[in-house]
Amino acid sequence: MTVVEESTNAVPTPDNNLNDQKPAGFGRMLRKEDPRFVRGMGQYCDDVELPGMLHLAILRSPYAHARIVSIDKTAAEAHPKVKAVITGEDLAASNLAWMPTLSNDVQAVLATDKVRFQHQEVAFVVAEDRYSARDALELIDVEYDPLPAVIDVRKALAPDAPIIRDDLDGKTNNHCFEWEAGDKAATDAVFADADAAEDGIVVTEDIVYPRVHPAPMETCGCVADVERVSGKLTLWCTTQAPHAHRTVYALVAGLPEHKIRIIAPDIGGGFGNKVPIYPGYVCAIVASLVIGKPVKWMEDRTENLVSTGFARDYVMRGEIAATRDGKIRAIRTEVLADHGAFNGTAAPVKYPAGFFGVFTGSYDLEAAYAHMDAVYTNKAPGGVAYACSFRITEAVYLVERMVDVLAHDLDMDPAELRLKNFIQPDQFPYESKTGWIYDSGDYEPAMRKAMAMAGYDELRREQAEKRERGELMGIGISFFTEAVGAGPRKDMDILGLGMADGCELRVHPTGKAVVRLSVKTQGQGHETTFAQIIAEEIGIPPEDIDVVHGDTDNTPFGLGTYGSRSTPVSGAAAALVARKVRDKAQIIASGMLEASVADIEYEAGAFRVKGDPEKSVTIQDIAMKAHGAGDLPDGLEGGLEAQICYNPENLTYPFGAYICVVDIDPGTAEVTVRRFIAVDDCGTQINPMIIEGQVHGGLADGVGMALMEMIAFDEDGNCVSGTLMDYLIPTAMEVPDWETGHTVTPSPHHPIGAKGIGESATVGSPPAIVNAVIDALKPYGVRHADMPLTPSRVWETMQGNHTPPI
Amino acid sequence: MDVTMNINGEEVTRDIEPRTLLVHYLRDNLGMTGTHWGCDTSNCGTCVVWVDGEPVKSCTTLAAMAGGHDVRTVEGMEVDGELDPVQEGFIQCHGLQCGFCTPGMMMTARALLDRNPDPSEAEIREAISGQICRCTGYATIVRSIRWAAQKEQATRVEVSAS
Repeated sequence: MTVVEESTNAVPTPDNNLNDQKPAGFGRMLRKEDPRFVRGMGQYCDDVELPGMLHLAILRSPYAHARIVSIDKTAAEAHPKVKAVITGEDLAASNLAWMPTLSNDVQAVLATDKVRFQHQEVAFVVAEDRYSARDALELIDVEYDPLPAVIDVRKALAPDAPIIRDDLDGKTNNHCFEWEAGDKAATDAVFADADAAEDGIVVTEDIVYPRVHPAPMETCGCVADVERVSGKLTLWCTTQAPHAHRTVYALVAGLPEHKIRIIAPDIGGGFGNKVPIYPGYVCAIVASLVIGKPVKWMEDRTENLVSTGFARDYVMRGEIAATRDGKIRAIRTEVLADHGAFNGTAAPVKYPAGFFGVFTGSYDLEAAYAHMDAVYTNKAPGGVAYACSFRITEAVYLVERMVDVLAHDLDMDPAELRLKNFIQPDQFPYESKTGWIYDSGDYEPAMRKAMAMAGYDELRREQAEKRERGELMGIGISFFTEAVGAGPRKDMDILGLGMADGCELRVHPTGKAVVRLSVKTQGQGHETTFAQIIAEEIGIPPEDIDVVHGDTDNTPFGLGTYGSRSTPVSGAAAALVARKVRDKAQIIASGMLEASVADIEYEAGAFRVKGDPEKSVTIQDIAMKAHGAGDLPDGLEGGLEAQICYNPENLTYPFGAYICVVDIDPGTAEVTVRRFIAVDDCGTQINPMIIEGQVHGGLADGVGMALMEMIAFDEDGNCVSGTLMDYLIPTAMEVPDWETGHTVTPSPHHPIGAKGIGESATVGSPPAIVNAVIDALKPYGVRHADMPLTPSRVWETMQGNHTPPI
Repeated sequence: MDVTMNINGEEVTRDIEPRTLLVHYLRDNLGMTGTHWGCDTSNCGTCVVWVDGEPVKSCTTLAAMAGGHDVRTVEGMEVDGELDPVQEGFIQCHGLQCGFCTPGMMMTARALLDRNPDPSEAEIREAISGQICRCTGYATIVRSIRWAAQKEQATRVEVSAS
């Protein structure tokens, strides 16, 4: 059952504070984390300062591909403030020069044989202060023998391409992996039929999703402290997945797991950039082990942009088979995926292409098929990041761009075409042609709502008038469905670790509580929303609940926050652990009220005897009883706490309808995003204020990717986007005031019906913006142009000179 | 070299290397970690502090250049336990998520309101255009600053009426 509500653009003012009503559970609630942040009292990784702490800096390769001939570190070691200089050869002596990636590949911690991308880690220095550590890098003399580099992914599989991964036994090409989804024969048959039929049409387009970077405001880093007597490692680290990191360090470095404590302090934005284990973390741990002092490593901005987890880099050919009256029958795609020098993708093991398999989008099809070749190139590793929901950004961009290509060729309104092809409400749960079970959805109300908010028909009239005058205005639509909340442990693991999440709830004698999570906020507001989930379930006010997270010694095991999984997985764990506590509370209440357990009913923090509302006790009364003197019902232990490990039954499938309005200056080709309307459905809403914030941030990401951002390389493999002067991120000047709304279609299998919202807008917005730009350029006969749609690229497109980015 | 400056009303002196950046002077020498460091190139603005009332990017200012001047940081915004209306506005309007850009944003916002007590949305966007936020998409930051402007206007009306 879908609830269509009014738009949520209400803005608080000092006279009309929307925050005066404190919710007892779900609802708009100010964030518990904000009072420390607005005072500058957050504690981020670089704020950690320990007695005797040393600083680590990394020497990086100037070449994209080169053999290391020799390294002379004597001058650096002679620097008076330097404590250690370590090379790959030094690490190799302890078998630590290579480490596994999250995709069962290996990655060099420090290069030994050769460097495979520009800025790859070659050596590190540990010194008394951060300036001296960097000074000493310049004293290390490395002799390289440069090799030809593979930069254009389209040339990576050429027979004469240089072999990048000659470290792998028997490797004779740059092929990384092959992947497919769907039924090839059935799909080819539908395409053949559509091609032959008089009322059939097949459209094809080459579409590139360029390499981009999450570039969180806080770069990656850590402080490693190995306590000499106990041998215990404490690692303060910018990690979105502290528990997964701990286990990986235990498995890889042979450190006993109980002697590793990972603390993820406040994190200045993650967006997937802080999921992998980076060589710098390993270097800092090694340094602290060797020197016996705490060691800090913080990247600078360039290091972050050029060496840590990039995103996207898919070259796709999309095809749609349809009827001429606009019924989409099948989708087919061939993908060339650039994975860089090491396959560092952070995705469930059985999903090397992430969840790209949902490229069938929100449409009911006869058949679908995808085939992918992933290759190595001389670029930085990564691939799954930047709020991509495990590659659903690429999938949604492909299908939503292709639907617009079809609309273009049929000369059909893109909204009408989408409405005609949606999966219908009575088809849920819907199994897609690539095997994904969509849990719930009701797409048309969301689409209609976005069109109503936008004033769609009026916009089209305005556009027609402007075209008469030679003005360029475009209206772009995207409708997306995501698959988030990885995931069911029967299918999903990372390095053998099932993707479940734990949660622990303790109610103190006075009725206050602490809830401990395995996931970790990077700004999403877990300290607020998880308190609200507990509050909703057992009636303890959110302000009385402390949320503990980001510390492996003090939280239950779980896989962390990425892929919009916190609410779908850990949020479910929180709701269920509260219900466990509530069940016990009900038994205690039955003793206190001298009634049978079955006769006790719960409502909003109070337990009552059915039919006798005068007889009731609160959760706070019960908490004191549970810890206090006197007898409890037979067989019941004292205390009021519970723990759970939640294994999701399925993923959740949030969706949304986005409409973007752009204007293009015909003289300069500059694109202005005039309006952006976003209607999201993430199921049950825990805190609408936070949901709106999550959507807003993702929409700005979309503007960045569609119009500005790209990690680019020259032909020698030099990264030319290594600073924020070159890698352009939207400021307040490039984005409009967002117009948001929502519908509510709860998930049937999630305990509170919530679906996850963290990445919806990043996934859904780029195609809406690109579709709007292409729509504006219709008078020029343009059918497709690749991101980023910078003025120069739009200008070239207007001149008929569009070239895909490399 | 000894560098002395007045920070949030208090005079401090430290012996530093001449090349020390103001952001590192604040963070490493004084332990004032509310000011953040984000890009090295004056693009992101997480490091914005005031020097003599003007917002500057402390990652590209030498500490020595601030010697003898008045510096104000996020730690100086709250006075006698009372939050600045800008800080309150950011809380009320969800103007922050990860909180990393927030100190710099708020320092710029405070400077804007001091010279333009009733800025339009466009004026606010221009004022913060030298700063990057990756989380909020800016609309709630704009609302936060408007909230603070309205709050201060209401306070002024109350004061003049009484």
